[in-house]
Amino acid sequence: MNPVNYLYLSALLFTIGATGVLIRRNAIVVFMCIELMLNACNLAFVVFSRMHGNLDGQIIAFFTMVVAAAEVVVGLAIIVSLFRTRHSASVDDASLMKL
Amino acid sequence: MSFPLLTATAVLPAVGAVATAAVPASRRTAAKWLALLVTLATLALAIVVLVRFDPDGARYQLTESHAWIKAFGVRYELGVDGIAVALIALTALLMPFIVLAGWHDADPLETGSRRWRPTQGFFALILAVEAMVIISFEATDVFLFYIFFEAMLIPMYFLIGGFGDRAHEHGEEVASTQRSYAAVKFLLYNLVGGLIMLAAVIGLYVVAGNFSLQEIAQARANGSLDMATNTERWLFLGFFFAFAVKAPLWPLHTWLPNAMGEATAPVAVLITAVVDKVGTFAMLRFCLQLFPEASKWATPAILVLALISIVYGALLAVGQRDIKRLVAYASISHFGFIIMGIFAMTTQGQSGATLYMVNHGISTAALMLVAGFLISRRGSRLIADYGGVQKVAPVLAGTFLIGGLATLSLPGLAPFVSEFLVLVGTFTRYPAIGIIATFGIVLAALYTLVLYQRTMTGPVKPEVSAMPDLRVRELVVVAPLVILLIFLGVYPKPVTDIVNPAVKQTMSDVHKTDPKPSVEAAK
Amino acid sequence: MENLIALLIAAPLLGAAVLLVGGRRLDAVGHWIGTLLSTTSFVFGVILFADLLGKDAEHRTLTQHLWTWISVGSFQADVTFRLDQLSMTFVLLITGVGSLIHLYSVGYMEHDERRRRFFGYLNLFLAAMLLLVLADNYLLLYVGWEGVGLASYLLIGFWQHKPSAATAAKKAFIVNRVGDMGLSIAIMLMFTTFGSFAFGPVFSHVGDTSEGKLTAIGLMLLLAACGKSAQVPLQSWLGDAMEGPTPVSALIHAATMVTAGVYLIVRSSAIFNAAPDAQLAVTVVGAVTLLFGAIVGCAKDDIKKALAGSTMSQIGYMVLAAGLGPIGYVFAIMHLVTHGFFKAGLFLGAGSVMHGMNDEVDMRRYGGLRKYMPITFITFGLGYLAIIGFPGLSGFFSKDKIIEAAFAKGGTEGWILGGAALLGAAITAFYMTRVMLMTFFGEKRWQPDENGNEPHPHESPKVMTIPMVVLAFGSVFAGGLFSFGDRFLDWLEPVTGHSEGDSPLSAGTVTGATMVCLLIGVGLAYAQYGRKPVPAVAPRGSLLTRAARRDLLQDDFNHVVLVRGGEHLTRSLVYVDHTLVDGVVNGTAATFGGLSGRLRKLQNGFARSYAVSMFGGAALLVAATLLMRAV
Repeated sequence: MNPVNYLYLSALLFTIGATGVLIRRNAIVVFMCIELMLNACNLAFVVFSRMHGNLDGQIIAFFTMVVAAAEVVVGLAIIVSLFRTRHSASVDDASLMKL
Repeated sequence: MSFPLLTATAVLPAVGAVATAAVPASRRTAAKWLALLVTLATLALAIVVLVRFDPDGARYQLTESHAWIKAFGVRYELGVDGIAVALIALTALLMPFIVLAGWHDADPLETGSRRWRPTQGFFALILAVEAMVIISFEATDVFLFYIFFEAMLIPMYFLIGGFGDRAHEHGEEVASTQRSYAAVKFLLYNLVGGLIMLAAVIGLYVVAGNFSLQEIAQARANGSLDMATNTERWLFLGFFFAFAVKAPLWPLHTWLPNAMGEATAPVAVLITAVVDKVGTFAMLRFCLQLFPEASKWATPAILVLALISIVYGALLAVGQRDIKRLVAYASISHFGFIIMGIFAMTTQGQSGATLYMVNHGISTAALMLVAGFLISRRGSRLIADYGGVQKVAPVLAGTFLIGGLATLSLPGLAPFVSEFLVLVGTFTRYPAIGIIATFGIVLAALYTLVLYQRTMTGPVKPEVSAMPDLRVRELVVVAPLVILLIFLGVYPKPVTDIVNPAVKQTMSDVHKTDPKPSVEAAK
Repeated sequence: MENLIALLIAAPLLGAAVLLVGGRRLDAVGHWIGTLLSTTSFVFGVILFADLLGKDAEHRTLTQHLWTWISVGSFQADVTFRLDQLSMTFVLLITGVGSLIHLYSVGYMEHDERRRRFFGYLNLFLAAMLLLVLADNYLLLYVGWEGVGLASYLLIGFWQHKPSAATAAKKAFIVNRVGDMGLSIAIMLMFTTFGSFAFGPVFSHVGDTSEGKLTAIGLMLLLAACGKSAQVPLQSWLGDAMEGPTPVSALIHAATMVTAGVYLIVRSSAIFNAAPDAQLAVTVVGAVTLLFGAIVGCAKDDIKKALAGSTMSQIGYMVLAAGLGPIGYVFAIMHLVTHGFFKAGLFLGAGSVMHGMNDEVDMRRYGGLRKYMPITFITFGLGYLAIIGFPGLSGFFSKDKIIEAAFAKGGTEGWILGGAALLGAAITAFYMTRVMLMTFFGEKRWQPDENGNEPHPHESPKVMTIPMVVLAFGSVFAGGLFSFGDRFLDWLEPVTGHSEGDSPLSAGTVTGATMVCLLIGVGLAYAQYGRKPVPAVAPRGSLLTRAARRDLLQDDFNHVVLVRGGEHLTRSLVYVDHTLVDGVVNGTAATFGGLSGRLRKLQNGFARSYAVSMFGGAALLVAATLLMRAV
C-alpha cells in the first residue's frame, strides 16, 4: 500500500482536530481534539520514518507521546480546577486575564 | 600591584548602598547615619585621589586595567585625568550634603510596622547613584562607561518616582501621578539617548575593533585609525545625542523641569549637580577625543543650540511659578554655557566649562537645598505662596540670596570665574555668539532677583509668619557650600591647576590652538 | 607702604563679615564696629596720601600684588592693586565721606532693629568701592563694580518689607546688569585685542591697534558707565533707588558709587583719547543726561527724588567733561569730588529734615523749616549755594571749568555742548532754589499723617549734624582749595594728562554767562515758589511738567516695552515649551499609547480566537514556505 495514503489520513485527522479546537467550547472536547492533532503528527512522523528508511521519525514520535502524556496531566488538572471554581468547562468563560 | 584606588572609590558607595538597604526596618536612623558615613568615607577616598593625582604627570593616572569580556575586547579600564578628578571630587563632596539635606525626606508617613523600608531604600539608591556616577567619571573603556551611564537611570528612576515633597498642594494622589509621569519621562528620554549611543558604541567597535578610549584616541591622533568622514560624523552624533539628552541641551531638555520639580530637593540636586555632569563630561572626554574632526564639523550647530539653551532657559526661568522648576530652567541655561565652553574649542572655554561644572554643582546645590528647606516648611512649591520670609527667617533668606547671587554669577563668587572664562573663550573665536550669550547674565539677574523678591521680601504672608529659621542640620549643609562658593570665587587656582593640563591635551586632540590677540597677530 | 593698600579694603571687608555673620549678639555695638573700621580705612588712606605727597610726581604709583586670581592659558587675572593719584583721590573721598555717613547713620538708623545689618552692608559697600578704584586690571575692577551693585541692591532694598523698596532694589540691579554687560564685553574685546586686560599692557598697546576696535571698547565702557552712573538711557533706576535709607542715597547714590562711571572713563583715558567717536558719544550722553536730570529734578515734589534728578544732572556734567578728553578729565574728577561733598551734604540735610518730619518726603508738606532746624538749614543752604555755583564756593570752581572746557572743544560741537552745559546751570539754579524755598521758607504746610500724628519738626542729634557741618565745610572750601595754584590739576595731571583747549570764549565771558544763567534760574524759581504760596497739592502742570514728573516718560516706555513685552515673551515661551517642545515628546508617547490601545482590543480573552490566529499564522507560514519553494 502506498504510504502516501497514511499521510492523507494524518492530514485528515489533523484537520478534524484543528476544527474541533476552533469550534468546540467544551474544554474536554478541545483537549481531546488537541490530542487528535498530536496523534495525527505522530502518524505522519512514523510514515516519514518508513518512507525514508531510518528511525528518526519513530524516535520523535516517542518524544511526542511523552510530551502528550505530560500535557494530559497538566491540562486535565487545569480543566478540573477550572470546573471546580467556575462550574463550567466552557473555554469562553475563562477570559479573566483579558485587560 | 598597587591598591586599586579608583575601584575603591566607586565600590565603597556601592557596598554602602547594599549595606544601607539591608538595615532592618526598625532602625531607620541607623541607615541614615550609615549612608552619611559612607559618603564621608568616599569623600576621604576622593581626597586621596585628588592628592595622589599629579596635574603635570601623565594624562591618565591611577590607571587600572583588567580583561573583562574577552570576546568583544571589553576591558575594565579605569583612569582619571584632571577633568575627571575635579568632577569626582565634586561628586564626593556634594553627596554628604545631599544625604544630610534629605535626612527626613524619606521618613515613613505614619509610624507603624510597615514591611517596606522607604528610608533605607532612599539612601541606598542615592549611594548607588554615587557609585555609578563615580565609575562613569573613571571609566576609560567606552563599553564600561556606557553600562554605568545607562545603569544610573535605574536608581534615579526610583528616586524621582518614589519620593516627593511632603504635603503637596494637591494632595498625595495627584502628586504621585505627576511624580510617576516625571520619572517615566526621565527614563524614556534618557533611554532613547542611551539606545542611540549603544548603536554608536557598536559602530565604534566595528570600526575600531576595541573599546579602549586611550587606544582609539591615540590611533586617531597618530592617523593609524582612519574613519570615513560620514562614519565619524554618524558615530559622533550618536554619542552626542545621548550626552545632550543627559546634559540637557535645548530642545531635549523638557524632562529636567519635570524631574527636578517633582523630586525632593536633594534628589533634584543629585540630578542637576551630579548626574547631568556626566553628560557634559562625556562630551569633553569621548566626543572630542574619539571624533575630533566630526566635533569640529558639528561645532557651529552645537554652539547655536547652546546659545538657544542659554537664552531660552533663562527666559523660561523668568516665567516660572514653581520654585524648583525655576531652578531647573536656570540649570538648562547654565548647561548651555557649559556646552558652549566645550565646543568653543579654546583653552579658556574648556577650562571654564570644566570649572563651570564644578561651580554649577556647588551653586545649584546651595540654592536648591535652601529652596528645599523653604518648601518643606510651607509645603508648597509655588512662588506666590511665599512672601516676606526674610523677616521671619533671615538666615534662610540670606543663604538663599547667596545661592541666588551665585546662580547669577556675581563676581567674587565661584560661578563668575567659570562663566567669564566660558564667555571669553567663546568670544575670542566667535564674537557674535559670545556677545549674545552675555545677555544671559542680565536674564540671570532677572529670574534670580524676581524669585528672591517674591518669596523673601514684601509684607509677611500669614502662612509663613511662624516659619522657623534654619536648623542646625540645615546650617551644616549650607554653610560649607557658601564658604566654598566664596573661596573658589577668590581663589579658583586649586581647580584650574588640575584642569588646565587636561584641557591642553584635549585641545591638542582636536588640533586647535587659541586665537592670538590681534595686537600680537599684527606683529 | 604698598602693603597698606590691601588693608584699605580689608578693614571694611572685615567689618562686613563680622557684622553679617556675627548675628544678634553684636546688635548693641555693631554700628560702632562699622564706623570704627570705616574710619580705620580712612586713616590708612591719609597715611598713604601723605606718603604719596612725599614722593615725586612720577613715582606716585604704588602697586601691590597679592595673588594670581585666574590663570588659564594666556588669560591671566591677578589680584593686584594700583594706587596712583586718581585712585588716591577716590580713596580719600570714599573713606572720608563714607566715615562721615557711617557716623550720621548711627543717629539716623537708631530706631531700626536691623541697624547692625545696615552697617554691615555699608562696610561691604566701602570694601567693594575701594576695590573698584584700586584694581589694577579691568576684571578686578569688574568685581568691585558688581560688588557695589550688590551693596546698592541690599541697601536700596533695606526696608524690604515695603514692596516698593524691594522692586526698586531689583530694578537697580537689573538695569546695572545691562551696563555690566557692556563692561564684560569691553573686557573680552580687550583680551582679544591686547591679550590682556590689565591697565598697563592695555594702555601701552593702544597705538598698535585699529581705531575701530578702540571705538568698540570705548562704547562698551560707556554702556557700563551709563548703567552705574545713571546716564541716559540707563538712568531709570536712580529715582527709584531713593527708596533706600537716606544715608545710602547720600553715600552710594550721590557721592561715590554713581560716580564710578566717571572713574571708569577717566581711568580708560588712553583708550578714549585714541577713539574720538567714542568720546563724542560720551559727551553726547553727558550733555543729554545733564539736561534730562535737571528737567526731571524741576518737577519732583519728593525731596529725595528732586535731589536724585540733580545727581543725574551733575554726573552728566562729569561725563561730559570726561568725554572732552584731556581738556576735561581733571575737571571731571574735580567736580566729582566737590559734588561728593555738597551732594552728600544735601542728602544728609534732606535726611535730617525727614528725621524731624516723621519721614515725610513731600516738599509740599514742608515749608518754613529754617526756624525749626537751624543747623540743617545752614548746612543745606551752603550745599545749595555750592551746587548752583555761587561764586567762591566749591561748585563754582569745578562747574565753571567744565563749561569752559565744553566750549573749548571747538567747532559746532563746542557750541552745542557748551550751550547745553550753560542751560543746565540755569536749570540747576532753578530746581535747587525750588527745593530750598519749598523746604525752608514760606508757610508751614505740614499735616498729620494717617495715624493722626502731627509732625514736630526738630533739629537732629549731634551725631547727625556733625557730619553735615563737616561736609558743609567741604562744600564751601574744597573748590577753592583745589583751584588756587592749580593744586588739583598738578596732582592729577601725571595720570590723566591735561591740555588747554582753545576756547572761542574767554574764561571771563564764560563765567559771566554762567552767572547770568544762575541769576535767571534763581529768579524764575523765586518768582514761582518764593513770592507765591506753594499749593499743598501739586497742580496739574503743563505737559512738560507732567512728563518730567514721570521721568520724561522713560519709565512708561520701560514698563510697556520691556516689562510688559518681557512678560508676554516669557509667558508665550512657557506656553511654547509646554505645547510645542514638550508636545512633540508627549505626542510621540500618545501615538504609541493610542496604537497599543487599538492593538489591545485584539486580545479579547477567548482562547479559541487566539487559536484561530495561531492556525492562521501557521497556515501563512506554510503557504509562504511552499511559495518560496515553488519560486
